[in-house]
Amino acid sequence: MVFCCNGPPSKSERTHIMLGNGRHPQLQVQDIHIGFGGLRALQGVSVDVHEGEIVAIIGPNGAGKTTLLNAISGVHHPSQGRILLDGQDRTFIPPSRVATLGIARTFQNVALFRGMSVLDNIMVGRHCHMRAGVLSAGFFWGLAQREEIRHRATVERIIDFLEINHLRKASAGTLPYGLQKRVELGRALAAEPKLLLLDEPMAGMNLEEKEDMARFILDVNDEWGTTIMLIEHDMGVVMDISHSIVVLDHGEKIAEGTPDDVRTDPVVVRAYLGEDTEGKRGG
Amino acid sequence: MAAVGDTLPKLLMANAQRYGHRRTAIREKEYGIWQAYSWAQYLEQVKDLALGLARLGFQRDDKLAIIGDNRPQLYWALVAAEALGGMPVPIYQDAIATEVQYVIDHSDARVVLAEDQEQVDKVLEIRDKLPKVEYVIYDDPKGMRHYSFPFLLSFAQVQEQGRIFGQSHPGYVEEAVHEGQGEDLAIINYTSGTTGVPKGVMLTHRNLIATAESYLQVDLLSARDEIMAYLPMAWIGDTFFSVVLSFLTGAAVNCPEDTATVRQDFREIGPTMTFAPPRIWENLLSQVQVKIGDAGVLQRTLCKMFLSVGMQAATQRMEGKPGSLGLRLLTQLGEWLVYGPLRDQLGLRRLRAATTGGAAIGPEVIQFFRAIGVNLKQLYGMTECSAPATVQRDNAVKLDSTGPCIPEVEVKISDSGEVLLRGPGLFVGYYKAPEATNIAFTDGWLATGDAGFLDPDGHLVIIDRVKDVSHLIEGSVFAPQYIENRLKFSSYIKEAVAVGHARPYVVAMINIDLEIVGHWAEKRDIPYSSYADLAQKPEVYGLILQEIQRVNASLNAPLRIKQFVILHKELDPDDAEITRTRKLRRRFVYDKYQEIIDAMYAEGVPEVKVRATVTYEDGRTSEIGRSLKISAVGDGGA
Repeated sequence: MVFCCNGPPSKSERTHIMLGNGRHPQLQVQDIHIGFGGLRALQGVSVDVHEGEIVAIIGPNGAGKTTLLNAISGVHHPSQGRILLDGQDRTFIPPSRVATLGIARTFQNVALFRGMSVLDNIMVGRHCHMRAGVLSAGFFWGLAQREEIRHRATVERIIDFLEINHLRKASAGTLPYGLQKRVELGRALAAEPKLLLLDEPMAGMNLEEKEDMARFILDVNDEWGTTIMLIEHDMGVVMDISHSIVVLDHGEKIAEGTPDDVRTDPVVVRAYLGEDTEGKRGG
Repeated sequence: MAAVGDTLPKLLMANAQRYGHRRTAIREKEYGIWQAYSWAQYLEQVKDLALGLARLGFQRDDKLAIIGDNRPQLYWALVAAEALGGMPVPIYQDAIATEVQYVIDHSDARVVLAEDQEQVDKVLEIRDKLPKVEYVIYDDPKGMRHYSFPFLLSFAQVQEQGRIFGQSHPGYVEEAVHEGQGEDLAIINYTSGTTGVPKGVMLTHRNLIATAESYLQVDLLSARDEIMAYLPMAWIGDTFFSVVLSFLTGAAVNCPEDTATVRQDFREIGPTMTFAPPRIWENLLSQVQVKIGDAGVLQRTLCKMFLSVGMQAATQRMEGKPGSLGLRLLTQLGEWLVYGPLRDQLGLRRLRAATTGGAAIGPEVIQFFRAIGVNLKQLYGMTECSAPATVQRDNAVKLDSTGPCIPEVEVKISDSGEVLLRGPGLFVGYYKAPEATNIAFTDGWLATGDAGFLDPDGHLVIIDRVKDVSHLIEGSVFAPQYIENRLKFSSYIKEAVAVGHARPYVVAMINIDLEIVGHWAEKRDIPYSSYADLAQKPEVYGLILQEIQRVNASLNAPLRIKQFVILHKELDPDDAEITRTRKLRRRFVYDKYQEIIDAMYAEGVPEVKVRATVTYEDGRTSEIGRSLKISAVGDGGA
């Protein structure tokens, strides 16, 4: 293990080494700082994520959760610190190259092409895997055609997986919110990511939709071994599905560990769930 | 057409030889594409599975329980069990765990085939109560990664082991098929039964094949026909069309991708022949009406105009009149402008014949479909006689009858007015229920339990269940189902329960159709949150009142409905209120809603409080309290 910047591993990092069975972390976020003008969104946050883990990032509004996800997906670049993917420095990759590195994400506000069909929206997620040139694609001949068939097969498998067969040809903008979120997950999956970043995948959903989404997240992790980092406010869901939890507050990491550790951590309870600790577990 | 084999597996082998890889036997839409299997492949799949089952110790007379949606794999399993001399026992895929448990256990099934995780979970939940089950096979591996039980095998695994078993046992399946005879049991269908526990109807290969041959003399099918397999596999109607008729004629069977995609899949396939219970036709009609209502002025006017033209023409055709030249010209114009495109949208364009049965169908539903050129006909039948007994003939369709008998089948009416049937399709008996079997037969005739009569043309008309026909206090004959059907013909009313046995007058409990009434409410800016909320809206009561007054106008004075309530919940098979085929379990419902019924007879009570237990999809139950308005139906306005 290399902990070049931070000296000896902290307690939480040791927990991670145990969780990851001693394997090299897939994603290492090392002491990153990001500021927007006077606002310091992230102040020295470090997170290790191991392959196959489901990691939840929680924290009050404005804690820097989305900024952290944005930094990993290349939308924002840290002013300090490093981001390593599979041990290689990826701190300054442009967002356009992120997908080819095996990172896919969904957005807090659904970002689908509203006028396009569900099928086409998910097909967009395959873009990073398409190789055909302008000429071939223009005439839809040779490589482009073979490729299209291959990609369509992958997309169909995802459609089947997410149980949206009946919506294949429906235009994305007409779908209810919960289903749009599911389509967005489909598009992210279409990139066949190693690391999937989900920004509030269950926001605004009813209980049933949340249960469905939670099941899909677990199934993705289970079926393809995809590493998942998600931001979520529903503590019930977070506690149920994640292997480990990172707690941010005011741009700093205030706790990290298994759901049980975090749940009982007095710092977390105070910062995130409020002062009244009697029997409360959030919700 | 004379059958080339006396059992279903023999027919399959003959088809595989005759059509080989040249013709499609079954298709399934998967991954967005129709995946076709030829007759030769069908046989191959059946053989591999049969060998796999044999390796697991499945023998002659063993039962294979099958639970899931219509999938080729499930049909293969059905035939594979028969090939080994065993019997498939299909189970309703939406049955709750306790029902599944009863059927699996009562049928002595040794092996259960469950389609997917959902069904496997259901079986695992009751695993302890199924001591006779040795293996559970699943088809769809999705989500099954972490299930590891020694008795749980995948469909592919069983087939794989079957192929290995086949190498050391060449000709095993062929021999087993040859040993099979027409008199062997082909299937045990558990009828959901409106009273008591389900009963397993035992049907032989000869029952099924002979009935199908008779049926084919009325409605001919060929290898060029396309059938849609989307009705529950546990219903004899599906077995009859998707297996027996397909095997006899070579017609291709198409399995939809998903229950939610049936309509699209229907349109993509364009079946040439279809069978659907009235509910499905009614739904189609309501949807068309909603769409027409939402369409632009031009389309709406055209539709309205040509639909009334079509109705006129259809009525004349039914009466055997050619119709005036003007009407015929208009009908042709309508065909180009309205009927053809409408049929195309509904996926009915290639349809030669469509049949409906299992319940009464509204005359306007038949008229509508016949108006747009769909040859919709009623048939009457039941599981105990291998599905159809009577069917309307082309160009001799009457709105209220179910048509004359198919060849070889005889019908007569007993002194008590009960419909009796005789023919090659009469079942062998109920599995492990000899007493019930004895009751079902009288002197070689099948007592259907239905009250009916033959009209002057020999068409059978069904009135009600015999045991439900009773009298009001003042003596009028009260046939609840007759009244309920009249009510249900309204597109706003989904279910109705009429009460009147030994009572001074008739009252009714109504289930509104959430989709249609919901749409109606939206159009009138009536907000609602749920079914229960919508049901109690005064406007909805007004709407239903009008519908009831309309029905009352067609009833004799003593039988008119005097009071009604709209129930706070839909009658649901999970609550045992209706069967899986949506037949009312009358006694049970009367008992359950006793308070409401009593309140309706207590003059002047404006509302009734109910506490009802509701069963959720996952089997949990909870109690909800509500008060229901009781509305009186005046004599005016009818």
